[in-house]
Amino acid sequence: MAGAATVNEAVPSAPRLERRRDGRLVAGVCRGLADNLGIQVLFVRAAFVLLTVASGIGFAVYIAFWVLTPRQPAGAAPARSRWAARDWAQLAAYIAVTCGLAALPWGTRVAQVWLWPFVVGGVGAAILWQQADRDQRQRWVVPLRQRWLRSLLGLLLVVGGIGGFVVRNVDAGQAREVVIAMLIILTGVAVIVTPWLVRLWQDLEAERHERIRSQERAELAAHVHDSVLHTLTLIQRNAADPREVQRLARSQERTLRTWLYQPRADPDQTFAPAIKRIAGEVEDDHGVPIEVVCVGDTELDERLGSALQAAREAMVNAAKYAGAPSVSVYAEVEGDTVEIFVRDRGKGFDLEQVPGDRMGVRGSIIGRMERNGGKATVRTAPGEGTEVRLEIGKS
Amino acid sequence: MSDVSEPLKRVVLVDDHQMFRTGVKAELGGAVEIVGEAGDVDEAVTVIKAVRPDVVLLDVHLPGGGGIEVLRRLHGAVPSRFLALSVSDAAEDVIGVVRGGARGYVTKTISGPELTDAIERVAGGDAVFSPRLAGFVLDAFAASDVPAVDPELDQITQRERDVLRLIARGYAYKEIAKELFISVKTVETHVSSVLRKLQLSNRHELSRWAAARRLV
Repeated sequence: MAGAATVNEAVPSAPRLERRRDGRLVAGVCRGLADNLGIQVLFVRAAFVLLTVASGIGFAVYIAFWVLTPRQPAGAAPARSRWAARDWAQLAAYIAVTCGLAALPWGTRVAQVWLWPFVVGGVGAAILWQQADRDQRQRWVVPLRQRWLRSLLGLLLVVGGIGGFVVRNVDAGQAREVVIAMLIILTGVAVIVTPWLVRLWQDLEAERHERIRSQERAELAAHVHDSVLHTLTLIQRNAADPREVQRLARSQERTLRTWLYQPRADPDQTFAPAIKRIAGEVEDDHGVPIEVVCVGDTELDERLGSALQAAREAMVNAAKYAGAPSVSVYAEVEGDTVEIFVRDRGKGFDLEQVPGDRMGVRGSIIGRMERNGGKATVRTAPGEGTEVRLEIGKS
Repeated sequence: MSDVSEPLKRVVLVDDHQMFRTGVKAELGGAVEIVGEAGDVDEAVTVIKAVRPDVVLLDVHLPGGGGIEVLRRLHGAVPSRFLALSVSDAAEDVIGVVRGGARGYVTKTISGPELTDAIERVAGGDAVFSPRLAGFVLDAFAASDVPAVDPELDQITQRERDVLRLIARGYAYKEIAKELFISVKTVETHVSSVLRKLQLSNRHELSRWAAARRLV
């Protein structure tokens, strides 16, 4: 009390001594005192436990504080809902340690010598336990409950081993008290120590996750550096050429999208990624955006391969000659049939006027499709844009 | 709309990138009236409730839960219609935001006049499908072995499929109408019908996407 009074005088803003509503185990006396003295609540509780065991005076003092100290007014407590409920596991641990210590004098000297390390270890563990917040403790206790069988087995082995040792060293009359005292203390210590071990393990786990994450970050940084930063530099150097800037930006966008969203698609194996890759290549070569929409997907084969070649030719023609701001490609796989549409809103042309020696449309598109059992239709007229439709069955 | 008697559509822009909002405003020019802007979910909800715009241009990725959260919180609270905008083509983004209540989806690469057109369309109660969205819908409603639970909602008609295919091929509504020998109004009806199915159907593929966005 004297200490509390001094603190109050020295620091006017220090809290008044009152029993706390939150974070209490019994009546909030210890936490109130701890707050008032500015020390860890664990030490206050330990002091009460020791005083109680030594002479019972701790108990009397506690009751006196309980009666005399005003209770903290409701609502004054900072809203820390996780403290609102009483922490029964903590209370049980304190009671167990108190009972165990109280039972010690009835045991033998031998038992006392053996038990002190446990008590010291228990207090150390209790400090660590105390520093962890309640949420964490909840997490630790749940897995422990799930592994209750192993815990029980371990406890039995320990108690049996120590018990057997004691029984051999002391006579039968004393053994019973010693074992009982030991059981109580061991239980208390177990409640306190096991979470500490779990915490150690979880901290290691957290560290491992952090390491993995930093590796991923490094990989991301490397990727951004190699591709994105590089492209941004190129864009700055080509700032005067809008077409080139657009081409660079589109190309980078495509790369990033593929990297972010479709890491598994293999353009050498299936149709949809293959046609997207071709569109990307044509776009890069000719600087005209090509929008690809693909419905369905299928394994590539020889005939599809030649249809893709024809589609590439159609895209190149559209990008090169149409003068349209963009080209639309739509591909659909339905059953065994694949349809590809390449469309632009450019100037179009007169199909009849295309000289016979121009390989483009006749040879590379129509001829190629027909050789492979497919079909190519070109719809165009001057000023109307062009749409090339390719249809082929899977081989 | 050059028609003087028709007031400009009142639009709220929701996007967390100031630069993008500025760009869109410049592109839209005087074609619509920007009555509000917001950079996150909370701001968006407040602004939209306050000004009750005709159309909200809604970014899919927003701090505070994304465009979906805005749609959820404003569900039924305002008469505004929503047009989703995104840089992403990811199917779950598109399907998610449309099932959340948006009447259309366009990517941010859309040109100014196209965007103005899309806003007008959405304001008029129609749906706006980008070619890519049409592709997703065709994918999602592709014939599968799973029998439809509710044929009315879980399947699209042949005509709707034709319309979607043409949208995916890059055709404008007018061109689709010409191609299929129907009126533009009929094209719009088909698209709106598909939108309804997209929002209400419980097809497995759609549910999967919805689940990915925690929309169920």
